[in-house]
This record gives sequence, structure tokens and C-alpha cells, in this order.
Amino acid sequence: MSAAAASRLFVAPALLVIGVFFFLPVVAALAVSFTDFDIYALADFGNMRFVGLQNYARLLETPLFWQAFGNTLYFVVIGVPLSVGTSLGLALLLHSRLVRFRDLFRTALFAPVVTTLVAVAVIWRYLFNTQYGLINYAFGGLGIERIDWLGDPTWAMPAIIVFAVWKNFGYNMLILLAGLQAIPEELYEAARIDGASFWRRFRHVTLPMLGPVMAMVNVLTIAGYFQLFAEPYVMTQGGPLQSTVSVLYFMYEEGFKWWNLGSASAVAFMLFLFILALTAVQLRLARWQQPA
Amino acid sequence: MTPRVAGVLVNGLLLVAAVVTIAPLVWMVSVSFMAPGEASAFPPPLVPGQPTLLNYRELFAHAGMGRYLVNSVVLTVAVTLVSLSFNVAAGYAFAKLPFGGRDRIFKSLLAALVIPGQVAMVPLFLLLKQMGLVNTYGGVIVPAMASIFGIFVVRQYALSIPDQVLEAARIDGASEFRIFRSVIVPVLKPIIVTLAVFTALGTWNDFMWPLIVLNDSDLYTLPVALASLSREHVQDNELMMAGSVLTTLPALLVFLVLQRYYVDGIMLGSVKG
Repeated sequence: MSAAAASRLFVAPALLVIGVFFFLPVVAALAVSFTDFDIYALADFGNMRFVGLQNYARLLETPLFWQAFGNTLYFVVIGVPLSVGTSLGLALLLHSRLVRFRDLFRTALFAPVVTTLVAVAVIWRYLFNTQYGLINYAFGGLGIERIDWLGDPTWAMPAIIVFAVWKNFGYNMLILLAGLQAIPEELYEAARIDGASFWRRFRHVTLPMLGPVMAMVNVLTIAGYFQLFAEPYVMTQGGPLQSTVSVLYFMYEEGFKWWNLGSASAVAFMLFLFILALTAVQLRLARWQQPA
Repeated sequence: MTPRVAGVLVNGLLLVAAVVTIAPLVWMVSVSFMAPGEASAFPPPLVPGQPTLLNYRELFAHAGMGRYLVNSVVLTVAVTLVSLSFNVAAGYAFAKLPFGGRDRIFKSLLAALVIPGQVAMVPLFLLLKQMGLVNTYGGVIVPAMASIFGIFVVRQYALSIPDQVLEAARIDGASEFRIFRSVIVPVLKPIIVTLAVFTALGTWNDFMWPLIVLNDSDLYTLPVALASLSREHVQDNELMMAGSVLTTLPALLVFLVLQRYYVDGIMLGSVKG
């Protein structure tokens, strides 16, 4: 058998799987979003009708859709800077020459990333418990009144953000640490000889050199945080007063609880387009800041 | 600031951060050994008065935990084995074997990495329903049998294999399959282990898709079962912590043992942006 024939056999299984179970559904998602596919159509595809842009029009008039979008935006706008900031701070500490037991610290700080999201969400639900939770206990020691973290619409999303930062910061920490290690030591030497302080070296050497890595970390983290789902599913079930319903949580309920699959597909597609547009803008900005 | 003070500060901050990060996991293990109701007290107890395995026994005897454990293990092993063979073969071919439209196809695969998987979920569910795979192991395994990310990391690694190695094997009369099996796979071993760890942990921890495609509780994976149990047993702190330990400890252990490979995978994956 020729190399060309063999190569086709090597790629065929993977491409077939990706084509049939990923590319085809993505294209079909757009098509389904233009139909009124519901539980009757699920029983018999003949009950499905083409409705044009009706799903989109109706969603844009649905208050809960906008609330879900607003909640998700809140999660991203507060959660991403906190998350990336934590990652950067700890990466800088780990990068310091003064660190002892670097590998041990790195492993401990990274551990939450590999845990099962559902399992640790269950833990944090108890940590946030109003009466018996360790968090209120610790706050009590500081003289702060008990807070009903997951039962109060004001505090539920901040609680989920704290949990998400804990779960995720280790991932970006590793990427940023690798970025820091790639900065040539000579640059710091030169700055030191010029008498630059620690703070100035950070601002004028570290941050600019880390720019491209930071840009990538931001793009990936923002896209990831827009896909918030399991945290509210386990910790709050979207409540209280729908203050933690995210776009994907809304899509899940619309599609797989109420079986409005046409409408759910429209939700997923709008989320995708929004993430895509945001990513494009960020990449444009990153390129504009770094002409090289 | 003297270096001594700076050293104490850096290490002190890291120590505090590490303790705060690990504390919830340690607390989970501790509460899982407490008697029912013991953790619902103020101030919250940090260690069990009399350690007991009662919660674990309860999970296996009445909550069907054994069944969920088997489901998770079967699905994780199946997805990892099948997707590894498909991704490694395809990644190698994209790097080293010529075929029509190779670079164009690879570029479209890369571009598709920006599409979140959730976009495909509704039609994928309908497709699998037509195929009779909803509510079966197949519903989880089949869509996961290959991944763009997997093909990508294998290709990047395989690019470094010198063409002369392949040429020499061909001149010796080895078939393409033999070359793949006895020359390529051994060379790719590090990336194969990395990808295996990544795929296994990803499948083990996955939640949204199994939640959608498995409705029959006999087929639940551990995360799906745990989410469902936690809705029924809101007050049963100790029982839920035991469930969390069983769900997340295998993932943590695999990570601790194969940490080096996992970290390599993150570095490779971060190139994709």
C-alpha cells in the first residue's frame, strides 16, 4: 500500500467522527435555530416548522434571557480580572528566586484545577452555608455579620465568582509562570544596572514582555467564563430570584427541560457569535498594542 | 527591604495561599469521616470526633455509588482508548504523510477550535436520538472518539520526527502500518501519555454532556449522580462530602502521579490561542 493510501486510512476515522459529530451539528444548530423544534417535533420530525428569525426575535423580548446575559456578563467582568490577577500574583511569587519548595507550592496551588467541578461545587456550597459554613465562621471571627451567601440575590453571584477563581486560577498561573521564565535574565540585569527599582522593572520589563501571553490568557479565560453552567446548576440552581441563571443554564433549561430545542439552539448560537466577536476585538486590540 | 525579609514575605504569602487553596479539599476528607449530623454545628468541627466509614457504606449500600463508579470508569477508559488511537493516527498523518488537501483540512480544524462545544449540543442530541444512542454509554463515547485538540497536539509533536527515519524504514520494506506501530508510536510515547491523562481527566470530570444524554439513573456518571444526590440530600453534609471524595479523589491521584505529563499538556494546549 502506498503512503498516500495509508494516510487516508489514518485520518479517516478521526475526520469522520469530527465531521459527523461536531461540524454537522454546528451547521445544523443554525438550521434548527430557524425552526420551532419542540417536544412534538421530538416525537415526530414532521411537526417541525420553519419560523425564520422568530426564535431570535422572541428571545430578545424575553426578560429572563436578558437577565441570564446580564448575570453572565457580571460573572465575566468581575471574575476574569480577579482570576487572572490571582494567577499573575501567584505566578510572580512562584517565579521569585527566594522561593523554597517551589514544586510543592506549585502542585498545591494547581490542585483545584484537576478536581471534579461538581464535587468541589458541593464542598463550596457547604463552606458558604449561612449557619454552619466555615466562611461565615471565619468572618464571624472578624466581627462581620453572617451572610446568606447562596440565598441572597446580592451575594449569590459573588460567591460563585469566589468559587470559580479558586477552581481556575491555577491553570493560568502555570501558563504565566512559563511566560515569566521565558523572559531573558539580561533584560532585568540591564534594568538593575540602570538603577530601576523593583516596581519599575516590573512595569517596564515584566509586563511588556508578558504582553502576548497575557493577551492569550485573557482571550481564553473570557471565552471560558462565558460558558458558566455547572457552578449555578449545583450551587444555586439559578436562584435566588434567578440571580445566577447564566446563558448556558438558560439554554439547558430551554432545551432539555422544556424541550424548546429550536429556541435553545438560537441561544447557543447567539452566545457563540458574541464570544467570537469579543475574541476578534481582543485580538485586534492586542495586535494594535504590540506592533511587532 | 533586605533579602531575608523579602524571602520570608514571599514564602509566607505562598504558604498562606497554598493553605487556603488546599483547605477545602482537606476539610472535605475530614467531614466525610464524621457521623451524620456532626458537621452541622456551630462552630463547625474541623476533625471528626470518632472517625467512621458510615457515609461511605451508606453511599454504596443505598445510593448506588458502586454503579456510578463503574459507569465513570467504563466511560473514561473507553473514551480514552478509542480517542487516543484515532487522534494519534490522524495527528501523525497530518504531520508526516502526504494526502490531498492536508494543509487546508488542518487549517479548518484549527479554525474550528474557537467554536464552543455547546453550540453543537442540541443537534448532536437529536442525531444521537435518531441513532438510538441517547441513554446509552454510546451517547457519551461516540461523539468523544476524536478531538481537534488531540489531533493538534500529536501533530505538533510528530513534526519533529526526521523524515529520514521514515525513509529508512520504507527502504527496509516495512509497511506503513508497521512503521506506525514499531517506529512512530514509541517515539510519540510522551505525547501519548500526556494526551491520555488529559482525555481521561476531561472525561471523568465532564458534566454537561453526560447530564444531557444520560437520563436513566443507572447510567449516571459520578458527577451527574453527585449533582442529583446533592439536590435530594441538601442537609446531609457528611454523606455529600464522602460522595465528593469518591468523585474527585481518583482525578487528583492520577494528576499527582502523572503531574509532569499533565503540565506538558497545558503548555502545548496554550499554544492553540
